[in-house]
Amino acid sequence: MKKLDKERVLLAVAAPVLALAAAFVVTALVLLATGKEPFNAFGIMFDYGVKADSQVYILNKATTYYLAGLAVAIGFRMNLFNIGVDGQYRLAAFFAAVVGGALKLPGLVQIPLILLVGMLVGAMWASIAGLLKVYRGVSEVISTIMLNSLSGIVISYLLVDGRLADLDKQTNIVATDPLPSSSHFFTIPAGGDLDPIWGFIVVAALAGAGFWFLLGRTRFGFDLRAVGRSESAAQASGVNVKRMVLTSMLLSGAMAGLIGMPTLLNDTHQFTSDFPTGIGFTGIAIALLGRNNPVGIGLAAVLWGFLERGANRLEFEDYDKEIVGVMQGVIVLCVVIAYELVRRYGLKRQQQRVGAELAAQAKADKGTDKQEVPA
Amino acid sequence: MAYPGRSGPRPAPPPSAPQECAIKAASPPKGAPAGAVTDVAVELRGITKRFPGVVANHDIDITVRRGTVHALVGENGAGKSTLMKILYGMQRPDEGTIAIDGETVELHSPADAISRGVGMVHQHFMLADNFTVLENVVLGAEKLHGIAGRARARIKEISDAYGLGVRPDVLVEDLGVADRQRVEILKVLYRGARTLILDEPTAVLVPQEVDALFDNLRELKSEGLTVLFISHKLGEVLSVADDITVIRRGTTVASVVPSETNPRQLAELMVGSELPSPETRESTVTDTDLLVVDALRLTATDVDGVERAVLDDIDFAIRKGEVLGIAGVEGNGQAELVEAIMGMRDPDAGTITLDGADISHAPTRKRREDGIGYIPEDRHRHGLLLEAPLWENRILGHVTEEPNSRAGLLNPAAARRDTERIVAEYDVRTPGIEVTAASLSGGNQQKLIVGREMSHHPKLLIAAHPTRGVDVGAQAQIWDQIRAARRDGLAVLLISADLDELIGLSDTLRVMYRGRLVADADPATITPEELGSAMTGAASGHLEGPADDGTGAATGTGAGAATGTGAATGAATGAGTEAGTATGGEGR
Repeated sequence: MKKLDKERVLLAVAAPVLALAAAFVVTALVLLATGKEPFNAFGIMFDYGVKADSQVYILNKATTYYLAGLAVAIGFRMNLFNIGVDGQYRLAAFFAAVVGGALKLPGLVQIPLILLVGMLVGAMWASIAGLLKVYRGVSEVISTIMLNSLSGIVISYLLVDGRLADLDKQTNIVATDPLPSSSHFFTIPAGGDLDPIWGFIVVAALAGAGFWFLLGRTRFGFDLRAVGRSESAAQASGVNVKRMVLTSMLLSGAMAGLIGMPTLLNDTHQFTSDFPTGIGFTGIAIALLGRNNPVGIGLAAVLWGFLERGANRLEFEDYDKEIVGVMQGVIVLCVVIAYELVRRYGLKRQQQRVGAELAAQAKADKGTDKQEVPA
Repeated sequence: MAYPGRSGPRPAPPPSAPQECAIKAASPPKGAPAGAVTDVAVELRGITKRFPGVVANHDIDITVRRGTVHALVGENGAGKSTLMKILYGMQRPDEGTIAIDGETVELHSPADAISRGVGMVHQHFMLADNFTVLENVVLGAEKLHGIAGRARARIKEISDAYGLGVRPDVLVEDLGVADRQRVEILKVLYRGARTLILDEPTAVLVPQEVDALFDNLRELKSEGLTVLFISHKLGEVLSVADDITVIRRGTTVASVVPSETNPRQLAELMVGSELPSPETRESTVTDTDLLVVDALRLTATDVDGVERAVLDDIDFAIRKGEVLGIAGVEGNGQAELVEAIMGMRDPDAGTITLDGADISHAPTRKRREDGIGYIPEDRHRHGLLLEAPLWENRILGHVTEEPNSRAGLLNPAAARRDTERIVAEYDVRTPGIEVTAASLSGGNQQKLIVGREMSHHPKLLIAAHPTRGVDVGAQAQIWDQIRAARRDGLAVLLISADLDELIGLSDTLRVMYRGRLVADADPATITPEELGSAMTGAASGHLEGPADDGTGAATGTGAGAATGTGAATGAATGAGTEAGTATGGEGR
């Protein structure tokens, strides 16, 4: 049994390592095809990525990505594909910024309030897809994609001078009222003249721990995972599958509501028309890469931040910045393929082990099972 | 009838005259499997196929003579379909050899099988409704005779040669089931098949259509073609087959010829003789009702959008220490009854009372907590998380109970310990509790489920086909466990297609037909054949008059199975009850 466990760990690590290796090979080929020297590019990315200021940048980026990965992973764990994380976090960040900008309360009250608004808005927006799925059988993939679009429209309607936002005449940027300085989240000084690390990384870590605890250590989490593995078996075991769909959609949406918070509370302090977009989709890639596991998602988020940091540098070195986009895409593809391969291999290995006992058993039965009929 | 020369890659075998009378007359005794090579169309030797967790087939040996109808009989799940898929190249055997026309072959795909002259007519037709018959036939075989005139001529030719009566230009959606089946057969012949596999071809047909199909099969046979016919309807098999191979629990247990056997013997071969004999035992039945089902009614909307009652006016009570067996042909409402009692379906009317408490509309989890144990019919869909480790499967269904959790929090350590205990006590053969449920064999999966359910000391155990697809050793063990729990006052609702199991384990028997409980029987006196008649509704009508002998009554069962679908429920109710009561005198 001990040996089996070791093998499982090995297999679990094998998939992402294989995927990354394959991705590097493919990217190298792409670089070669464009007439560039690939290993130099990787070298540049690595050298730049491990610099102190890059590390801070990566951690801050990873905070946001981590939350996005968690939000998607909640859905994945029960076979729900919440593509709508993108719309959920943007809408949530917008309303959280509006509420935060309108109030002047002490930080101790206002920061939790802003977070709560964000989570509520995210959950409400996700619940539309959940309700549609439970009561009308609408695939959550379709409905969340459409809700993404809708959230963009809602925001662009409200984010207009005179509605819920103001136009800054000098920069020509439309933005919500800035949060009072009491609502700025704490930061962790990184020493020297480096930018500080966002304090929200603590919240993200707590969210990860909560995710692990909820799914791995509670009855609710067991039920949720059971639904993800087999809806019919979960139902027979006593899980109310419809309610579980709705609940997990709400949870996923609430987690999505946190995605915009590190940027809002630690960085921009207001929602502007150039608030980061598309992080929900990044979250899908990160959840896939991290195997829906809180530690794995953390590693994936850091890797993603690292690649993006490297991309910025490549531009200066006369490489195409898009090469990193290619690399990210290839990684996700490789990851999906590698996981499936490793999963099948693992299953087969296990069956072979058990199969040995099985064959012996069948042999023993054969003697008694066979009988000739007197003709 | 004209006999046009068949254009195949190989010369057509010479028509062998003796086969014509082989239906009624005794076939030559089989004994030398590798006798005359040219006479053997298909030979399977030592075929073994393992699926994740199950051995579907092991050590299968079959010899199919050319120009015969060879029947493959066995219970549901005995491994017939898997075997045919192997022969048709859809699955590859793990061990064993396939020889077609005396030549050992490796079949990698259905295309391989077709090129060797083996074709298959599936139980579920594979036709495009919005295409004509011609288009369906040529689809994928365009290279043979084109897609127009030549193809049409060829179709007519085949259709006439075997009396199939297929019209090439009709849309398939306008055809009835029997016609579609003939199109499927024609499709296979068109591709040059000389050995046809028919998977449960009569399941979808009414009796007259069955007769017509059998005429077609005899026609094919007389042309020197070989038919492999899968069925579990013994009457049909005896009427059409030249040779019969019986499969039980994934392996061939006997080869017989119809003239030398009878339905009773076949039935025994199919279910196996190591099953318990219905003997009188010490009764453990008490006077306390544990489960009372009263006027239960459940409706469902079928595929045509029509609402119909799948359970109607179901009344029964199970007392502590009693095993109530429900017999019935599958699909007559047994699954729905189980789901209603488990709370997976909400009844439209009636009440379910467990130990004095009304649970008619209680959620499934509450019912489980209140002491209902559940061994589901389909353990892969309802009993296990196949990709989860054993210890998580031990939690499934009992997540709110000790030792799995306390106060909302899981206790993985305790659950693991208890899984180790179950594995040891219930003899679950596994290298450890961290392996996934999928890697266990069916029998061991079932032992795990039984162990899990018994570990929570249920008051009521719902056991649906508890030993289906389970090897013999595990079967006896599961029965012993049910008997032991029954002594301690457990009430059991047993649903099974295995009549010997039902008779052997039950204290009381009820027969379910078309969503109603139509008959009851005393397991001490009834025989599987008599129970079988009551299950098919119409056949029970034959039992009204005095049956001449055991064989006659049993043949009635087989025929009844074919006609059962057409029978009216009302008639069956009366007749079924009579069948239940008339059994005593007739068994001798």
